[in-house]
This record gives sequence, C-alpha cells and structure tokens, in this order.
Amino acid sequence: MNLADHPDKGTSFDVAVIGAGVVGAALARAFTLAGARVVVLEKAVDVLDGASKGNSAILHTGFDAPEASVELACIREGYALYHDIRDRLGLPLVRAGAMVLAWTEEEEAGLPALIAQATANGVLDVQPLTGPEAQTLEPALSRAVRAGFQVPGEHLIDPWSAAHGYLLQALANGAVLKRQTEVLAGRRSGDRWHLATTTGDVSANLVINAAGLWGDEVDRRVTGESWFTIRPRKGQFVVYDKTAAALAGHILLPVPTKITKGIVVCRTAFGNLLVGPTAEEQDDREHAPVERPTLQALMRRGEEILPALAGHEVTAVYAGLRPATEEKEYRIRTDLAPGYICVGGIRSTGLSAALGIAEHVVRLAERSHTPIADPVWPRMTNISVDGARDWQCPGHGGIVCHCELVTRREIEAALTGPLATGSLAGLKRRTRVTMGRCQGFYCTAELARMTEGRLAQPMAEPPHD
Amino acid sequence: MTEPEVIVIGSGPAGLGAATALAQAGRRVLVLERETQAGGIPRHCGHYPFGMREFQRLLRGPDYAARLTDAARAAGVTIRTRTTVTSLQPGGVVEITDDAGPSALTAKVVLMATGVRETSRAARLIGGEKPGGVLSTGALQGMVYLNRQRPFRQPVILGSELVAFSALLTCRHAGIRPLAMIEPASRITTRTSARWLAAAMRVPILLHSDIAAIHGRTRVDGVTLATPAGQRDLPADGVIVSGGFRPDAALLVGSHLQIDAASGGPVIDRWGRLSDPAYFACGNLLRGVETAGWCWSEGRRVAQAILAALQDHLPEPGGVRLSLAHPALRLAVPQVVGAGASGSPYDRLQVRLSRPAKGQLRLMQDGRILAATRIDSRPERRLSLLLPHKLGHGPLTLTIDEKT
Repeated sequence: MNLADHPDKGTSFDVAVIGAGVVGAALARAFTLAGARVVVLEKAVDVLDGASKGNSAILHTGFDAPEASVELACIREGYALYHDIRDRLGLPLVRAGAMVLAWTEEEEAGLPALIAQATANGVLDVQPLTGPEAQTLEPALSRAVRAGFQVPGEHLIDPWSAAHGYLLQALANGAVLKRQTEVLAGRRSGDRWHLATTTGDVSANLVINAAGLWGDEVDRRVTGESWFTIRPRKGQFVVYDKTAAALAGHILLPVPTKITKGIVVCRTAFGNLLVGPTAEEQDDREHAPVERPTLQALMRRGEEILPALAGHEVTAVYAGLRPATEEKEYRIRTDLAPGYICVGGIRSTGLSAALGIAEHVVRLAERSHTPIADPVWPRMTNISVDGARDWQCPGHGGIVCHCELVTRREIEAALTGPLATGSLAGLKRRTRVTMGRCQGFYCTAELARMTEGRLAQPMAEPPHD
Repeated sequence: MTEPEVIVIGSGPAGLGAATALAQAGRRVLVLERETQAGGIPRHCGHYPFGMREFQRLLRGPDYAARLTDAARAAGVTIRTRTTVTSLQPGGVVEITDDAGPSALTAKVVLMATGVRETSRAARLIGGEKPGGVLSTGALQGMVYLNRQRPFRQPVILGSELVAFSALLTCRHAGIRPLAMIEPASRITTRTSARWLAAAMRVPILLHSDIAAIHGRTRVDGVTLATPAGQRDLPADGVIVSGGFRPDAALLVGSHLQIDAASGGPVIDRWGRLSDPAYFACGNLLRGVETAGWCWSEGRRVAQAILAALQDHLPEPGGVRLSLAHPALRLAVPQVVGAGASGSPYDRLQVRLSRPAKGQLRLMQDGRILAATRIDSRPERRLSLLLPHKLGHGPLTLTIDEKT
C-alpha cells in the first residue's frame, strides 16, 4: 500500500489525469500551478511504471523532429522549460552535446538534409564535422566514421527525477495522487465526468488521458471508443560500467531512419555508458524481456562505434516499451468527448517534451482558473554526477549501496513523504540502490531489512522459524 | 587513536589476518569496514567449515567472523564500521565518508583487502524480465542468515562452483527447496564430492543447460531453461545466480593505481605492493575466490612485508611485468616479478585457467624455462608455481606447453 495516498483527500476534482508517467506528472504540475484541483490516477503500485520506466535519459533539442509537428513544438517548449525550472526543482543537467555520425556513404549523403532540418526546427547551432574532426573531438571513436555534425544543445538528464520532481511539485501545491487506482469506466453527466476506479469513484470536469501504453484502452473505457491503436515498440539497452564513461563525452547518435532514432551511445547522468535502444514491435504492453542475442548485438554495435568498449564490464541491461501508434505524430485530441483530452502516442520523446506537452494541453483546455500566486518548489535530492551527493553531507546514516553510494537517509526519504514508494523498482528509481556494478550483491540484505513491512511486494517473507 | 601507521580497507579474513599480525607486532592499525559489522563474507555464511587453519576447530561462518574480529581487537586493532572509503590518493591518503560526512585519513601504508563479489545476472546477459527474487548467493545468505528472511521457496540455482553448494546449504537452512541446479558446462565446476549434497536434497543438477529467460513483472513466476533436449519451463519463484567471483576493485577504478586487466584486481609485486608503494593488497581482491583460511594466512604473510616496509627493509619497487602467453591462462598473481628474497608473501605465482588445460606450466625468460610444473586442471582450480629468486631482465612470460 502507498500510505501516502490518503483516500480521504476527496473524490471531486477539477482535473483528473489518468496515468502517472512523465507526461501525466507534467500535466498534473501544469494544471495544479494553473490553479486547478488535480487528481492523478495510476493503476500501478508506483508512478513511472509504464513507458516512463525505461528511457534513454536524453534531453533532446528536437533537431530531428518532424518539421511543423506538435511533437517538435512540445520538445522545443519542454526543452526550454526544463532549463528554466531545473534549478528550483533540483533536477540535473549533464551538458554533453551530441554528434550525429554517418558510418556509410548513404548515411553521409543524408547529412545535409538533416542539418537543414535542424535549422528549420530552430536548432541553429549545429556544426558539420568531417570524420577526422569527429575523431579529434572523440578520440575513442572508430576510424570508420565518415562525417557528421554536432548538436551542442543535446544533454543528459536523470531518466526519472524529472517526472518525480514534476509530480512532487503538483502534490506540494495541492494535487492528489491515487496509486493502485485503475480507471474502469467513465460517464459524463452535466459538466462532469464520473470515473469508476478500482478504489472508488472520482469525478472531475476535465479528464486527461495520459495512460501511455494503455492510451487506446483508456479512451475506450472512458469515451466508449478509441481513435488509435497502441503498437508497443520495445527498446533494449546495455549499460556499461563507469570505467567506460570516459570513452564518450558526446551523445553519439546515428543518422535516424523513418522508424527510429537508432542506437545511441552515450554516458548516463549516473556516470555509466549506455548503448541502445533497439526498436522491436510487439503486442505485449506489460512484459518487456531482454534477450541475450539482442544484447550481444547491441554490444557489438557499441564496440563498432567505440572499439575500446570491448572488455568493459556490463553493469545493467534493461528494456523499455514506447507507446507508438499507427502514426509518428503525437495523438493529442480534444474533440473525442466534451471535457476530455487524449494525450496519446507520446512514443519516444516524452521525457524531453513533457513540460511542453503540459503547457500545450493547458492552452487547449481553455480553462479559467487563477494560477497559484506563489507555488511551493520542492527540491529533489541529487543522485546524478551533476552536483553534490547526500553522502557528502553529514548525518546520512552511513552508506547502504556501496557501488552507487546511496545513503541510509536517502533510502528512508524515498520510503516516506508524499511520493513515498511502495515498490522495490520505485526505490531503485529514486535512489539508484542496487543499480551499480555489484547489482545488489552487498546491499540486498540490508535493503530487505530496511524495507521490511514497507513494500507492496516485499523482498522476502518475514523472519522464518 | 593517534594517527594509524597502517590503514586496512576491508575486515574480511584477509584484512583482519593482516591487521591482527601488524598489531601484534606493535603497529597502530586502523581497519575501515563499510558494513555495520566486521568479519566480511563469512559473517553471512551460516554453515561449516571455517576456522581450521586459524583456530584449529570447526566453526560456522558467523562464529568464525566474530572470533577473527575479537582476535583483532584483542591485539589492539581499531575497527571502524559503517565507514566507506570513497577514494584513494597518492601516498596513502584515503578519503572516507561516514555519518559525520566526508573526511580524509593518512597512513604510511594502506592495505587493500576489499574481497570479491559474484557476477551479476545483468553481466551474464541472462534474458527475460527483471522481477525481484533474482539474487546472488551473497545477497541470499545475507537475507537468510543476517535477517532471518526467506526471499523465495522454490528457486533455481545457476552455477556449480563451491558457492552454489553453499547456496544449497543456505536454502536447506531456510526451508527453501530449489527445483534444480543449472550448469552450462559439461560437468560441475567444483570437485564432485559436493554432488552428494544436491543428491541428498533431491535437487537435480542439469548440465549443458542455461537460463534462457526469467519471467515475472514484480516477482519471479517462472524460468525457461535451454537444455540439450530443448526449452523447458520450470515454475521457479526465484533465481540464485551463483559464483563467477570477481575482485571488488571499485576503489582502484579511477584511482592512480594500476589495475590488471586479466584479474580485474590490482597489479602487485611479490611483496604485495601496488604501483604506488604506499599501497599493498591481499586476499580475494587479487584473483577471485579462495577459502577464508587461505585469505587469512595470506593477510598474515603480507603483514610481514608491511612490517619490513615500515622499517624501510623492502627492496625498491621494480621488476618485470609478467605476460600471459597462452589462451588458457586467465590470470597470474603477482604481475610484477623482481628479484626475490626469502619471506616475500607472493613467492609463488597464483594462476587460474579460463578453460581446461593439460601440459607443462612454464615461466619463461630469454628463451629459458625459469620454473615449470605439470598441470591437468580446470578453471576455478588453484594452481601455483614457485618463483625463482634470480631473474634476468628480459620479458617474462607464462605459458603452457600442451604437448609435453
């Protein structure tokens, strides 16, 4: 149970956001700050349990987004807003810059069009690179690189702290989060929606579908029909040991295809090196298994780009699901039903665009609340390489996870407060506990002791015999 | 305590063995331990046999760890628990953090004894989902013996090193009934005498098999095995990923100290000295897993070298870097071999194989065989070769002649 989600915070709201992924979190924040009373309904034990749990943690400029698309506008606005608010929310930004690299003649021939597209998209600081120039900037790069261009504005962020921060600010300013609350059906009566959920009825004037991988299903449950179909696209990733991070300063991007941005090699905000994602269509929306041959193929690709990567240890592997649909463009619509906005198909740029999507939807909603005059700005604890960590401050209670230097105080904080987590996965996302090179060899037992009686799915049965 | 002469990082058998010997020789020794209690891995190996070499009696791991700790304290060693070393600086400066926040400590000599860990599920690229309930043996034993918890009821065990049978004992202790032990190779890795335990517990050992996929979103709800007879599902509720020991050398990474790519541990000379002579190392950090008793006595021998260093009696650093010239050779310690003297703690090369090999293990220099021994061995088995005292100056190589 999430004891933080008090059931007595009411059932009647201005806005109900369905889904607590990064998009839902940004929507909750934007509507709350705009003066609305917001409830966020999440069916999982914890937030960020769907598409948002596995992403590549890059803050994109939108240089390669489709021209004149809603997606591009949202990425551009989201990118600028992230820069505006990140200091106040304590969100990291690791300034890396990207290099788009061509490895074949065909890819090289595509570079001028991409540069032109970047310029048209308002990303004006791209710089063409010859192969040798790329290698001067990134000495570990394979000699096979033909040419490319630099996109200085692409940066690395924490894959989860942004969404946690947005949601935390919404909660601190009056929003309500209901986890383990699945929307079953909707009924419009007068100017209000009545949503039947697994934890009781909720009513709101405006319902926003930010259900990610279940966007089409939520459309159907609330309005009776859906106008798109989710086609989950799996992305597998390999995360290398921190020793490998020195091999690439920039985010190394391939020339994108029509279907995918392709396999990226980049540092992470936690100081590792990441290779991924794949783009694999599948029907299953719940399960995203990794497969050894695919991971090995990713490692080979990584080693083709950075030959010195061979021999570096793998720290973690994971797979995420992107909520792709029949079309590339975001599926945002206000005309499916009165007081209902569908924010669907936010397939792979959600992390970068979330704040922009939220502002876009606030404008679409055309509601006249009075914005909060002096909102509360809660601060996230930094767990990235961008800034001081908790272990550097007295009173941390000692270190529990030695690889990632996660303190007892950080773990306690993640288990308490308005966004307290009730899942081990949630605890990992908030603190990085067990996510380092030993993957829990040393700290699992201590963590199982600390979390006893505090997780919906306990790490172990209570003391035996 | 006044400023320590020696800081020991890690309070397992190697670290405590060395610390105790140093304190008994009258040196001020500070042991830094990041866990809440000293004793290292034996602390959560709740079974026999520990302590024969050290105490001439048979002990369970936790009792053995407590005895080691008591012996160290009785000798005058100061042990600081809940203290994490965050970086190593040239000349024996050690940066730490504890509840009071970061600080730095200095000693004439720093001994690294940070031990090993098992290879994770991720590093083995095991397919499937990532539910809870996939544990290393170390994590399992901590939960069972330190917390008295039971993480699952019918797991599978991957691996067949000695530690896999230690996991089996742990399961028996906690009332956990493993469904199978799974080993990708054609025979079990540890000496076959351990097989009786699996038979006694009626746990089948599946050779030539591997875990193709782990299923379950939050908890393990099954595994798919790849076996010679094809894929097969088992209704396991957990997975124990055992063995594949590797040095816990995180502190060396990013430090000024040289790391051996073959072992993953530090480069040492026959005195146990690292590339910065203010640093020494001993125990499983050097080469993967050995028994607690072995590590303890290695610690005691390195302590003698450290005592000599404190009196400026050690030869100047130097020597020839050993290279491995046969594909079956996985690692050899020490990596830097200088002229010898009696009493050097690493007067024998400790060697491990990456695949089974049979023939003559040879240390070569300038076309001459300096030392040789017959081997017929397999990975994870202990191999050693006595180092000669006299050496030339040419490249030093270790090889296996499989024809002889």
